[in-house]
Order: sequence, then C-alpha cells, then structure tokens
Amino acid sequence: MKLSSISSCLLFAAALSILTSCKDDRKLPIYGQRDTKSVTLADGTTKVDTVYQTIPAFSFLNQDSVYINNNTFKDKIYIADFFFTSCPSICPIMHRNMKKIYDDYKNDPQVSFLSHTIDFKYDRPYVLKKYAAKLGVDDKKWQFAYGSKEDVYKIAENSYLVSVMEDSTQKGMYVHQGWLVLVDKDKRIRGSYDGTDEKAVEQLRKDIPVLLAEYKD
Amino acid sequence: MTRNQLLWSLVFGTLISIIYACRGEGTSLEQDMYYTNGRDLYVKHCQNCHGEKGEGLEDLIPPLTDTTYLKANRKQLVCFLKYGMDGKITVDGREFVEKMPAHEEFTDIDLAQLIVYITNSNGNKQGMYSTKDVAIDLQNCKH
Repeated sequence: MKLSSISSCLLFAAALSILTSCKDDRKLPIYGQRDTKSVTLADGTTKVDTVYQTIPAFSFLNQDSVYINNNTFKDKIYIADFFFTSCPSICPIMHRNMKKIYDDYKNDPQVSFLSHTIDFKYDRPYVLKKYAAKLGVDDKKWQFAYGSKEDVYKIAENSYLVSVMEDSTQKGMYVHQGWLVLVDKDKRIRGSYDGTDEKAVEQLRKDIPVLLAEYKD
Repeated sequence: MTRNQLLWSLVFGTLISIIYACRGEGTSLEQDMYYTNGRDLYVKHCQNCHGEKGEGLEDLIPPLTDTTYLKANRKQLVCFLKYGMDGKITVDGREFVEKMPAHEEFTDIDLAQLIVYITNSNGNKQGMYSTKDVAIDLQNCKH
C-alpha cells in the first residue's frame, strides 16, 4: 500500500470515530460508596461483584397520610429533594424547576418525584397536601414525604448525601442544600444537581433520557 | 451664525436627542439608576420566590405582573417589603395566603430602588418612587 493510501485510510478512520462519538451514548456515573462481594456462579466458579450504595428501605407518610416506601418507586427513576413548605429562600426556585421537569414527563410512568420535608414540626401531611395542590402536582407522580426528624435527617445525610439541619439562629427555620438527586430503578444515585442553578437543572433534563435509555431493552 | 456653528448645533442636537431616546420616554436619569440598583436587589432578595420575570409560583407565590394590583397598592408596597405579608390577597384573579417574610434590614434607599424596579418591570409602568415617598408611606403602615 502506498503511503498516500495509508494516510487517507487513517484520515477516514479518524473522521469516522469523530462522527460516531457525537452520538449521546454516554452513561451516567454511579455515586456513593462501593463494596465487593464474592458470588458463586452456576458453574461453581467464584467471581467478585461490585456492590453499589443504594437508598435503603424507608417508610414515610405522604400528603394523603398514606405510608409510602421503596416499593412506591418500583420500576421508576425518581428525583428526590429536601425542602419545607414555609421556606423563604431556595425551595421555591427548586420546585419551580422541578415542576418544569414534572410537566415534561407528565405522561411517563417511569419518572417520579419525591420531596421530603425537613420541617417535622409544622409540615404535617395535610400541610403537604395543601402545598402540593397549590403547586398543581397533587397526584401519585410527585410524592411529598413526612417523617420523624431522625428518619428524614438520617436518610438525607447518609443516603441521598444532602446536608440538612435546623437553623440554630432562627426559630422555625432550617438550613439545607438544594440538591435534586436522580435515583435509578436499582435505587442507586446517578446524579446530583443544584436545583437553584439553571445550568445544573438543564443538565438534569439532559441526563434523564440518558438514564431512561438504560432500561429500553 | 456661521454655517459651521449651525452644523455643530445640529450635530449636538441630534446627539442629545439620541441619548434621550435611548433612555426611554419620560424617565429621568435618577429613575434609571434606581431601576438598575433595584434590579440587583430584586435578584438577590426576591427572585427565588417571585421568579426572574415576576411570574411567581403557581398558587403558592403571587406574580408581580398584575399591574392593577400593584397600582392599587402602590402606597402599601413599601410596608409589604419591610414588614412582610400575612393573610389572604387576590392577585391576578387568584387567592394567595402564604406568608411573605419581612425585610426590616432594608434601608429607605433600598426600598425606593426595589419599588422603582418592581413597578416599572414585567409590564408595570408607574414611574419614579423616591426615598421621600418611602418615608411618607412607611408612616401609614398597618403592621
């Protein structure tokens, strides 16, 4: 082969790889701690498997005073966050952004939403119910969860990796991070987005179809 | 007048009218400054709830685009901003009952600038609101 034909071949290969790389076939990372375990396969050989961090079993009251748990989100990906209804700072913008995504996936049963209140004193289920109705999302697709301080704060910090606490300087106030956490059907965290940042929310909107594509086959 | 002088005065006249035209009809330089500073304050203190375009949030947070409401309550706005709001109001044909937090830390100039911005953006066009207006209207707050 002549040198010129080799180089044109290379050029062609390079062009091809550039073209194919444009397709959005990326995969979302899996967040959290990892562990390994040995599994025995059917043929008797042992293999090492990765164990990913998952959202543990939970049980909270929702806006209809009905208990919801992990099974409520079976075969669904969901976006979780932590808020409180009387929050004057970052919550409205988080929920304004979440509402847009809710509207996008209104008819897709695979996508769901879970907002935990961190105001265990005031945000009883009936308060959450009123809030959901006013936000225009009072259905099963967007669950509002009420639980004890201990349960909610523990799952926030340890499982969803969102920092929440009572504000020691102002009564009835809470400090929390505005992450929107994307959880896959296997309860693993696949993304965390600042719900107050337009660009981050835009990224979340791009990532949802990428995650859903994993379950297409 | 020489021809040159005439020419220069024409040039100046045009320039000045261009500058005035850019500023928009009937607004003073002072009002424009209040508006710009008011916008910065709005972004910092109000936008999270009331939205970038004053659109509010569904039936939770009222929009700032109801020009009739803002006009009818022009003298109350400063009280709302400084001392917060509580109780039922009707804006844009809808009822709202959520509390609005107080901002007693706002100075008179902050309040004037915010009100100039709020009442001259998103479809509103109420003109200037000075620190003098703030001082007068604050005395009549029913808080």
